[in-house]
Amino acid sequence: MEGNINTAAEVKLNGLHGNAQAINHQTWRERLKSYRRTPGSLLLFLLVGLAALVTAAMLIFLVGYILVNGVPYLTPELFSWTYTSDNCSVVPAMINTLLMTLLSLLVAVPLGVLSAVYLVEYAKKGNRLVKVIRVTAETLTGIPSIVYGLFGMLFFVSALKWGYSLLAGACTLSIMILPVILRTTEEALLSVPDSFREGSFGLGAGKLRTVFRIVLPPAVPGILSGIILATGRIVGETAALIYTAGSVAKVPSGVFGSARTLAVHMYNLSNEGLHVNQAYATAVVLLAVVILINLISSRLARRIAGS
Amino acid sequence: MIAAVEYWRRHKEGIMQAVFLATACVSILAVALICIFLFGNGIPAIAKIGPLKFLLGTKWKPGNNIYGIFPMILGSIYVTAGAILVGVPIGFLTAVFMAKFCPPGIYRFLKPMVDLLAGIPSVVYGFFGVVVIVPFVREVFGGKGQSILSTSLLLGLMILPTIISVSEAAIRAVPESYYEGSLALGATHERSVFAAMLPAAKSGIMAGVILGVGRAIGETMAVIMVAGNQPRIPDSILEGVRTLTANIVMEMGYATDLHREALIATGVVLFAFILMINLLFSILKARGERS
Repeated sequence: MEGNINTAAEVKLNGLHGNAQAINHQTWRERLKSYRRTPGSLLLFLLVGLAALVTAAMLIFLVGYILVNGVPYLTPELFSWTYTSDNCSVVPAMINTLLMTLLSLLVAVPLGVLSAVYLVEYAKKGNRLVKVIRVTAETLTGIPSIVYGLFGMLFFVSALKWGYSLLAGACTLSIMILPVILRTTEEALLSVPDSFREGSFGLGAGKLRTVFRIVLPPAVPGILSGIILATGRIVGETAALIYTAGSVAKVPSGVFGSARTLAVHMYNLSNEGLHVNQAYATAVVLLAVVILINLISSRLARRIAGS
Repeated sequence: MIAAVEYWRRHKEGIMQAVFLATACVSILAVALICIFLFGNGIPAIAKIGPLKFLLGTKWKPGNNIYGIFPMILGSIYVTAGAILVGVPIGFLTAVFMAKFCPPGIYRFLKPMVDLLAGIPSVVYGFFGVVVIVPFVREVFGGKGQSILSTSLLLGLMILPTIISVSEAAIRAVPESYYEGSLALGATHERSVFAAMLPAAKSGIMAGVILGVGRAIGETMAVIMVAGNQPRIPDSILEGVRTLTANIVMEMGYATDLHREALIATGVVLFAFILMINLLFSILKARGERS
């Protein structure tokens, strides 16, 4: 009770700017006082705060530990053009990662965007096919990457006889990221107001023109955020690539050549256990890429929220 | 040529609709292909080995043509349970903090941190496990360090962002009136959150936990690096263990014939686990949305 009276008194004191916020606001002293009467609440508050602290501390420790141990080993040799077992250069792996990302996106983005267009713009409500597509997309989201790897090995590598290759890896990954692109594009299309479509139809445009000229352009930032999310997954992927793209540590001459990406490179370095320092440095490079991707995606999310 | 252009002009709406429909069916095709190839290669192997011998056999000796994956099934269950014990309390409470306790100033930092935790590749987690968690467990608890305990700690950390983001969304979806009503009745902030809001967010939070289970059971690279990978049933949490996922990656590189098929069959078992978890997840999610 006392706490409430205090609050009321304070509202009177702060009367000049006493708004709804001030009524709901408790000062720290009032809080402490109320905690004295309800120790259970204090305990819960401490537990909740502690958990958040642990989460934040773990991340800071992980990133900090790897940076502190890895940054001193970011030597020029680590970035030489060709890989040898002495310099453990990450450059070929970085180029392979870039190629792998581009190739996977090239397959998955058109498929994902066009299927989202079908789901949002063309399919009628309650269409049974749409339900099936939703369920399959959700299933694809939940499948672990090693199962994708197995499938890629059985289908692209063996059945289609592509061998361990950039193409087999990229096709495997494109199935993996398809649901990500599909879902983000769908959300972006759904957030385009219906009045846009009605206006376009009202001016006599056909369905196709409406989709490509009116509905898709405002959805681009949303689609981009999906692409960035997918890029993050490709860059970090290992299990789906070991038995599809193989682990040759140089840039292949074509899409049918075997290529290891940065994450696979990191796994091999750490597994061999001979080049721990270089493994630290490679982890720094990987972390830097991931942090960059996260920065871009959060900036993009802010822009979408702002517009 | 002109005829083709004319045809396109007249029928482009229909043609493009067919194209959209075809692309939409790709995800169905993908799931169908995955099922056909996995089951097509794995089921015959299970039949050849004998379903009971395969699933409940406690010995995995490819050299002697003995393929029992029971230790790996147990291994996957152990490390997943461990990850849940470590990750769920921390993740759940962090989600509560982020949704109901966090001042905006801290939220601006905490949210990107959780996102980053989700974005860190599993090899980097695995490497962190090798250089930090394994030595830590070895020093403090004894044993070799590569153990169920280390794997559980690492997986618990890895599933944090999944649990946090799904639970946070579930808590935020509870109508504010629940909280306000509880406050008006004289309950404290904490009591309002925990006793009035959380029960309403229960199925959403459970969905987050299930999703975390799916991630933990499917995690491969990080687990291989810290689990020790001995294919036998462990006696204590300080002993090494091999999971279903690790079994596939460890031996696929050199396996041939029945051995290779047995590994694919391991993938089938893993896939079946994941399908069950997904089903559970969508049921819970649907229930959460309905209430």
